[in-house]
Amino acid sequence: MGKLFDFGTTGELLGFGFVQQALLAGALLGLVAGLIGPLIVARGMAFSVHATSEIAFAGGAAALLAGIGVQYGALGAAVLIALALGLLARRGSERDSVIGAVLSFGLGIGILLLWLYPGRGSNKFGLLVGQIISLEGPDLTLMITCTLVVLVVLALIYRPVLFSSVDPEMATARGVPTKLLNPLFAVLVGVATSLGVQTVGALLVVALMITPGAAAARVSSSPLVTTVLAVIFAEVSMLGGIVLSLAPGAPVSAFVTTISFLIYLGCRVFARTRPQYATPAIAT
Amino acid sequence: MTAAREVGVAQGIPPGEPSAIELRDAGLGFGKRTLWEGLNLSVAQGEFLVVLGPNGSGKTSLLRVLLGLQGLTGGSVSVAGGVAGAGNSHVGYVPQQKTLGGSYSVRGRDLVGLGLDGHRWGIGLRARKERRAKVEAALAAVGASEYADRPIGALSGGEQQRLRVAQALVGEPDVLLCDEPLLSLDLAHQHSVSELIGTAARESGAAVVFVTHEINPVLKFADRILYLVDGRFRIGAPTEVMTTETLTELYRSPVEVLRVREKLVVVGADEAGCHHAEEGED
Repeated sequence: MGKLFDFGTTGELLGFGFVQQALLAGALLGLVAGLIGPLIVARGMAFSVHATSEIAFAGGAAALLAGIGVQYGALGAAVLIALALGLLARRGSERDSVIGAVLSFGLGIGILLLWLYPGRGSNKFGLLVGQIISLEGPDLTLMITCTLVVLVVLALIYRPVLFSSVDPEMATARGVPTKLLNPLFAVLVGVATSLGVQTVGALLVVALMITPGAAAARVSSSPLVTTVLAVIFAEVSMLGGIVLSLAPGAPVSAFVTTISFLIYLGCRVFARTRPQYATPAIAT
Repeated sequence: MTAAREVGVAQGIPPGEPSAIELRDAGLGFGKRTLWEGLNLSVAQGEFLVVLGPNGSGKTSLLRVLLGLQGLTGGSVSVAGGVAGAGNSHVGYVPQQKTLGGSYSVRGRDLVGLGLDGHRWGIGLRARKERRAKVEAALAAVGASEYADRPIGALSGGEQQRLRVAQALVGEPDVLLCDEPLLSLDLAHQHSVSELIGTAARESGAAVVFVTHEINPVLKFADRILYLVDGRFRIGAPTEVMTTETLTELYRSPVEVLRVREKLVVVGADEAGCHHAEEGED
């Protein structure tokens, strides 16, 4: 247990380039997840994010087997499946079961592909539980490009997406092109999810994409405040998780998910203590 | 244009002033079934038109046509001087009261603000001060300032519906389209929401198309009534349309209209009903 809080080792490791790269990758993911999370929560898309991440895992595994960069396989598969799920009716009665079916299939295929892969095992399980800190390091160029694309597109479509998320009928009546925005937003979610698969792993993407947004939604209903809080929560979980994992050399995702969940619990408790639920303290 | 002009003149609209809504020989059908056809209707600026009729008679479909969400099968339509199109910023819309999805993600004021500019691209960082002033004014106008900072999911149906009215009014529309806005509200809220819409429209000079199956809350605002039954319709002043003779003719079965303490009671319409209630409309 003493290894957990060995700050000397932590400080030493923070000096290494590959650790700093991991922190940068984590910061990028935290930013994207925090910005996009509240919208995912408002749209009730948590389950489809989970399914997208399993498919990204299968795509990554396929790329590993084919000898292409894992990150490209994950990204391509995530975008394709997100698009397909985005084209499904948003509140169709079948939606839940379709996602469930797709999710388990993706996981199964991914495991088969990993089993077929003859190479060494470290890459294999990285896809499932995260491999952000490794000597090969994350593909920062791809991550930065993806982050920029998500940020720019999200800035363009933010307002109509928020409108169609909370008030779809009125948004349609006001001319918001929901049929275009739903798949477009889903693709952004797909890109963000594939970033998550490369860092925290497919099984734990939800901890970064959903939990911070859900926690923020417990303490405020202002879109601006929830977005800022979600970014802070995601960054604290991600960067805190990386730093804490350094000394013991334990998997990053265990720490990330724990911090993220504790923040969520804290927000729920905080909301309980207030007489008027979510009366915002900060006017925007 | 002559026919429309005549109606306008009869309403006391200066010649040359365009009507707020203009339907010419309009028809709408789904597959083999025709909801209505040959509909000529000109709603003047500042006029309050109530659309009545049994379920499936095409009331909501008419509104969808005016919103530009549904194309006509025949004839033409113009709204606020332009094509009926979604996103026409001269048009405000008040939908039925129903639970909103993701309703803990925004406050009342955000809902109203999205009514103003939610259809625009971008994040909306420019002119925030002006936007806030408009939203505040709309909230105050419907008496919703007190609960504007609460999440909309925590509000009652009546409070949500007041916000809906603010959301429709904040863009200062020339035409206000209301689709059963009183549905599932209690009597007190039916009354107050009708008052809000009627008064606001009178003050701003906006034309109102008010689809409802309950005439009484809006009777005092109604300038004209469009009554649709099974493809037949009648347009006229409340005193002309809401009579035993007219409704019996429309329903083709005995219907009686009674006036009880300033309220209209229609007896027999429910039974006569519409034979196609299950088709066509959503």
